[in-house]
Amino acid sequence: MDVLCFGIARDLTGHRSVSIDSDDIHTVADLRKALDTSFPELGRLSVYMIAVNESYALDSDQVKEGDEIAIIPPVSGG
Amino acid sequence: MNKHLHIHISDHKLSIDEAYASVLDESCGGNCLFIGTARNHNKGERVTHLDFETYESMAIKELEKIAQRCLEQFDIKKLRIDHRKGEVGLTDIAVIIAVSATHRKAAFEACEYAIDELKKSVPIWKKEYLESGAHWVSDRP
Repeated sequence: MDVLCFGIARDLTGHRSVSIDSDDIHTVADLRKALDTSFPELGRLSVYMIAVNESYALDSDQVKEGDEIAIIPPVSGG
Repeated sequence: MNKHLHIHISDHKLSIDEAYASVLDESCGGNCLFIGTARNHNKGERVTHLDFETYESMAIKELEKIAQRCLEQFDIKKLRIDHRKGEVGLTDIAVIIAVSATHRKAAFEACEYAIDELKKSVPIWKKEYLESGAHWVSDRP
């Protein structure tokens, strides 16, 4: 599955969008584990949120191939 | 979206007059505008300009949720939120919150609530350009 990267997450992964093997990913928690394994540099962020289909998601929320998924590092608008 | 709520994200200069005009209402006597501008310093370092990145489709949705909550929680008539994206120079406007209400108290409260919530949840990221280099605000590795 594809994961959009914004702000500092884009700088850390080096990509606007990264691809993750979705075979064992059922929840947001699974996705976080896979992301942290594939992109250990994300560990430099103290925290990040995951958005699924343009809404903030909880670790227990389901994700599936075809969802629009994004890494949301701490926001700083305004 | 409620016809009294307006949300805009733009890569052009924001207009105070335009924001104000879209909340003016004959039934309202109290109008409040918050204007956020790019300043020339942060934590003792000199800032030369800012660059805002947005996850625009989600940012619009989050701003709509905030605007809707303002309408439910405060006795206001109209609300408009404008946010810039892309490069923003010093003293340029980064954000405008405009609120109209029958009386001033609700307008002040809604305006403050909207900017506070925007800073917490809306997926917009500020990159600060300093004389010594650039960094994303709020999580410097």
